[in-house]
Amino acid sequence: MSQIPAELKYVESHEWLRLEANGVVTVGITHHAQELLGDVVFVELPKVGAVLARDEQAGVVESVKAASDVYCPIAGEVVAVNEGLEAAPEQANEEPYGEGWFFQIKPANVADLDGLWTAEQYAKEIGA
Amino acid sequence: MTQAPRCTPLYQSHIDAGAKMVEFAGWSMPIHYGSQLKEHEIVRSDAGMFDVSHMVVLDITGADARDWLRGLLANDVAKLGFVGKALYSGMLNEQGGVIDDLIVYLAESGYRMVVNAGTRDKDIAWLKKTSEGRDVQLAVRDDLAMLAVQGPNAIDKVCAVKPDWAEQIRSLKVFQGLPFGDWFVARTGYTGEDGLEIMVPAAEAPGFFTALIAAGVAPTGLGARDTLRLEAGMNLYGHDMDEGISPLEAGMGWTVAWEPADRDFIGRKALEAEKAAGVAMKQVGLVMESRGVLREGMRVVVDGVGEGVITSGTFSPTLKLSIAIARVPKATADVAAVDLRGTLTPVRVVKLPFVRNGKKVYE
Repeated sequence: MSQIPAELKYVESHEWLRLEANGVVTVGITHHAQELLGDVVFVELPKVGAVLARDEQAGVVESVKAASDVYCPIAGEVVAVNEGLEAAPEQANEEPYGEGWFFQIKPANVADLDGLWTAEQYAKEIGA
Repeated sequence: MTQAPRCTPLYQSHIDAGAKMVEFAGWSMPIHYGSQLKEHEIVRSDAGMFDVSHMVVLDITGADARDWLRGLLANDVAKLGFVGKALYSGMLNEQGGVIDDLIVYLAESGYRMVVNAGTRDKDIAWLKKTSEGRDVQLAVRDDLAMLAVQGPNAIDKVCAVKPDWAEQIRSLKVFQGLPFGDWFVARTGYTGEDGLEIMVPAAEAPGFFTALIAAGVAPTGLGARDTLRLEAGMNLYGHDMDEGISPLEAGMGWTVAWEPADRDFIGRKALEAEKAAGVAMKQVGLVMESRGVLREGMRVVVDGVGEGVITSGTFSPTLKLSIAIARVPKATADVAAVDLRGTLTPVRVVKLPFVRNGKKVYE
């Protein structure tokens, strides 16, 4: 069964967001997304410093099954990427909400988070 | 296709083993039991088992069976010198396209044939049509389940479960089988590893599955089956070849028995004409050293020669890079480029297979 942590925010394209204490937002793909993809074998991450709009392509995740785009779920500037994930892409499967995070973004407007799905809404959307 | 998918006799066994089930060729089949990559590695290093009960087993009897098969298949069943010996062949249409690829065994009372699940209805229709008016009887053995137990330790582990049969199983050479009552055990497979394919009466299949798990054989799904066969350079019907593709362009030239020259099998005239005119394409392996995954349908560009297409592509769990089977112009040498989501990316062109018995074999 899918794991959907209550404290996170979600978007339709199956990314999750977590507002950190320092004001940046960590982004990854959900447990449900990694289940759909199967074993992840490569990830392509955005460049640090890239300024992305909401829903702009931020990277690619390739599994044994398919290649999927990863979208930026909130407008802002990329301030960090998870280089460890490039070396160990299986972390996207094993710890999608932990070591398997994709990138961190400094949101243009932190209030944008408020409009995103709660865990409850996401669960309903994916039929979990 | 609104019908509910069919279930093999091992459906509940898969659920109990934690399988994620998907629909495949009209059947509900396990895609993996947690991780496709781990299952792949287990088959390369130890032993895994695949439920292949969706494949179609046919028993063929009758006085005309041999003559009919010699006209039906591109390979020649006259090569089958003793009971239990197996032959891989294409079954072609008049245009020389591949209706299906299959294995046929010489049996005590005729032949046993195993064909693909996805081609079941058209194959049976073709068999009936071509055998009309001959003394040939076809029996579809839906009462049998089939398990492929594959990997370097597969035979040892099956022998541990069936100690009374161990001596005979160990005596099997590659591409040979033996009946054990209603069971049939053959040293064949689709992974590039040693192993067995075992036909078992449906009612006995779940117990055998459980006993194999207890003996340390890991259940493995269709996902790993695909990456294993691709590393082994083995064709998948409907992807690497189909009715519009000649076996001579799909790496199946070795399965066409040209001798004796007077054996007039279906498709022979078309293949001879194709050979006389010059076969335009060939099947090769592609290896990509850079990041990304080659996928079926991607365009292959060969500088100064022409274009081809990837017929199967994946990430190779053994080699840790992407590999593909492709159909490319005959003059292709050792480099090409693949249109990877809009970017022409260099690949190496190699001879298949990529992996045999756990090790890289190309180059």
